[in-house]
Amino acid sequence: MPEPYDDGAIAGTGAGGAMDLAASEATTLERTPGGPQGTGPAEKPRSLWSDAWRDLRRNPVFIISSLVILFLVVISLWPSLIASGNPLQCDLAKAQEGSQPGHPFGYNGQGCDVYTRTVYGARTSVTVGVCTTLGVALFGSFVGGLAGFFGGGWDALLSRVTDIFFGIPVVLGGLVFLSVVTSSTVWPVIGFMILLGWPQIARIARGSVITAKQNDYVQAARALGASNSRMLLRHIAPNAVAPVIVVATIALGTYIALEATLSYLGVGLKPPTVSWGIDISAASQYIRNAPHMLLWPAGALAITVLAFIMLGDAVRDALDPKLR
Amino acid sequence: MLLEVRDLQVEFKTRDGVAKAVNGVNYSVEAGETLAVLGESGSGKSVTAQAVMGILDMPPGRIAGGEILFQGRDLLKLKEDERRKIRGSEMAMIFQDALSSLNPVLSVGEQLSEMFTVHRGMSRKDGKAKAVELMDRVRIPAAKERVGQYPHQFSGGMRQRIMIAMAMALEPSLIIADEPTTALDVTVQAQVMDLLAELQRELNMGLILITHDLGVVADVADKIAAMYAGRIVEQAPVHEIYKAPAHPYTKGLLESIPRLDQKGQELYAIKGLPPNLMHIPPGCAFNPRCPMAQDICRSEVPPLFDVAPDRQSACFFWKETLDG
Amino acid sequence: MGRYVIRRLLQMIPVFFGATLLIFLMVNVMGDPIAGLCGDKACDPSTAAQLKKEFGLDKPVWQQYLTYMGNVFTGDFGTAFNGQKVTELMSAAFPVTIRLTIVAILFEIVIGISLGVVTGLRRGRPVDTVVLMLTLVVIAIPVFVTGLLLQLLLGVEWGVVKPTVQPEAPFNELLIPGLVLASVSLAYVTRLTRTSIAENARADYVRTAIAKGLPRRRVITRHLLRNSLIPVVTFIGTDVGALMGGAIVTERIFNIHGVGYQLYQGILRQSTQTVVGFVTVLVLVFLIANLIVDLLYAVLDPRIRYA
Repeated sequence: MPEPYDDGAIAGTGAGGAMDLAASEATTLERTPGGPQGTGPAEKPRSLWSDAWRDLRRNPVFIISSLVILFLVVISLWPSLIASGNPLQCDLAKAQEGSQPGHPFGYNGQGCDVYTRTVYGARTSVTVGVCTTLGVALFGSFVGGLAGFFGGGWDALLSRVTDIFFGIPVVLGGLVFLSVVTSSTVWPVIGFMILLGWPQIARIARGSVITAKQNDYVQAARALGASNSRMLLRHIAPNAVAPVIVVATIALGTYIALEATLSYLGVGLKPPTVSWGIDISAASQYIRNAPHMLLWPAGALAITVLAFIMLGDAVRDALDPKLR
Repeated sequence: MLLEVRDLQVEFKTRDGVAKAVNGVNYSVEAGETLAVLGESGSGKSVTAQAVMGILDMPPGRIAGGEILFQGRDLLKLKEDERRKIRGSEMAMIFQDALSSLNPVLSVGEQLSEMFTVHRGMSRKDGKAKAVELMDRVRIPAAKERVGQYPHQFSGGMRQRIMIAMAMALEPSLIIADEPTTALDVTVQAQVMDLLAELQRELNMGLILITHDLGVVADVADKIAAMYAGRIVEQAPVHEIYKAPAHPYTKGLLESIPRLDQKGQELYAIKGLPPNLMHIPPGCAFNPRCPMAQDICRSEVPPLFDVAPDRQSACFFWKETLDG
Repeated sequence: MGRYVIRRLLQMIPVFFGATLLIFLMVNVMGDPIAGLCGDKACDPSTAAQLKKEFGLDKPVWQQYLTYMGNVFTGDFGTAFNGQKVTELMSAAFPVTIRLTIVAILFEIVIGISLGVVTGLRRGRPVDTVVLMLTLVVIAIPVFVTGLLLQLLLGVEWGVVKPTVQPEAPFNELLIPGLVLASVSLAYVTRLTRTSIAENARADYVRTAIAKGLPRRRVITRHLLRNSLIPVVTFIGTDVGALMGGAIVTERIFNIHGVGYQLYQGILRQSTQTVVGFVTVLVLVFLIANLIVDLLYAVLDPRIRYA
């Protein structure tokens, strides 16, 4: 039965490939190395991860996106390192003013410093992205992994449940769900995204667990009487984890974009939380007169999302031997 | 002479360096003659054939030198469009795995009639009639009914017959069959080989039969060229090579065929693995695996010695091999 | 085939009810279904109780849901906040969104597939790298940012198009909104086509086609494309549902009075019936699109047989 492509289509395009490539250091050590390719005896057997790492170290896309992400993490932990002002301190008299000394990005509609707000916005986006991804990855791979491992009724149930969640358009679901929430913290948004996001990871995890389960050495371990928990932890999990990591990294970027979209629609984060989405939404009313208010947070948002997507993409390419 | 390959050299660029797949191969085929090219995987036997057909992947492949004379013309000097017109009509190829080599989403009728509509400018209707005729000729039962079916609806043997029909369609003067029976059941193998030999006789075609299976060769081939690490190591009329091989590698191959009169004895196997094509051993490429290797084998590349008028061996000790 | 369709239809039933129930619960349990009925102020307790009784809101939720679904199947989607029938809102909104979706799908097919084929055949060359990077950039920039920027540049700065769309939404005014709506999917289609083409280009049957002496053009169009486009067609098919549901952002930017606009109004004014009604229809569209894609698959790929 054909599976429809889900919304993680970058991952989706490679998901089939990513699923059967799974192998890790732990398992390569157990495998007898050296096929009939006849690589000289002096060469060490190379594992998938060390091969991938060798590729990644030379990949400029990987290096640049990692540096951008490192920078984002640092400024979201310590925004005052590069921004001395207070993002909530605004002066209406300066509303919509352009760039000036000490305030390179100018002021927004409320007269707040756009530079300071853009810097502080990173914290919100990174928090939302990381928390959502952790929640989605843990819950999704737990449910998907179990369904893939035990199969049968659990698997059928999971398929139907994921179908239900895929049936609800994300932005629409967000509007309906979040419009009734009054809290101004980031948690309802994160909660909602985990609620709608986990089936995607569950599908990937299920697929890669099923693939891993069919590997000969896993079958052999089963025949030798390995217990279920030992099989899952020692043989299957290490093989199934690569595709989940790749998809989750890419998804992290899309979650940040989704938060901004929901905030733009007025149902995501609410002031006084500092968020790029809120600022872009506010600035879109003044787009004709003062586009700078929109361009800076929008640029920061795009670069952040791009960094995560590129990182995931680079890792996937490195892990997928078929594309070499 | 129908086909003459002279000093052909083919290289592949890989991530880890240049692999020399073919290092100066010479062989020839006359009309009505069958040449069996023998060798393990990676010996360069398929690459040579692909170079003759002009279907090498370039890049990463590159023809580094040599000539391919077909009916007196050097194919390597022709323009791509001229070569294309020769492919399919003057020379044709049969591949190992018919299931993956036939297009899964086109009916066999469409794939057969394409030969006539493209090369001969026939109408689709005439092409289809020709397709049915061809299927009859390779003895596919109920050809008229099955012409609209897809490759997966045929059995392995029938699929290979369709491959043969496709190759025979325009009555080419040369057929290259790359392990045509390897993927088939043993009982079907003989039928397919017989069909191939019969059509060859009927149309007086030259046939290059690429195989790693000496058992297949004995009945159909006129002469044998054994390849190792991109070179021809022995070339001889088929009955002579069976009587007394003049190269340790061919000898090893012959001794590893199970024989009825040696029941109960341990089967001989050539020790070691074929060399890595990026690090071909100095001297004779076979020396690390050769039971007769001397110092000279490790330092000098053996030329082709004339053993008899139409027989050559690339071994310094061909006399000893022949006698022992 | 017939049995397969029936099995798929049966499978759709729990998904349909699951998804609509989820939305129903979100709106009715977490929100306040009568909040929108007393104007901008909150209803006083006695009116609230009376209204709840009138709408059957004093009954258990599952009973409300069943009643609602029962009505839906007789074609009664209830009334919106201003007394208009929800079905009337739908008949005004859906044609607009369908037109917008058609424009978007056309962009995906024409631009997405062409770019994918071009890059897939030239893997690793400069064109390929540049287009790949561009697709990532398009995917990374949220649709509302792309939309606002295009509106600013084309509509306001250069005056090429009108920045907003009239209520009738003729096709020519939907070009830029359609492009915005399609942007992310377009990038996906490009990447998917590229991967598919590149993978199939190394397939054995393509080598056979070359060995048959077919002209390069024919090898590509008849053998390579035919196989490579199967996943692309299925992606575009499933995207129909996703685009209609995702049009909300685009419609808001360009002030298009389609499904997204009505839904947004419904949510703002807390009109439960509008929201649940529209979402129900969208879920149905999504499911039917998926079913059609599955059946299309069988037509495109003869290897798939439905038992």
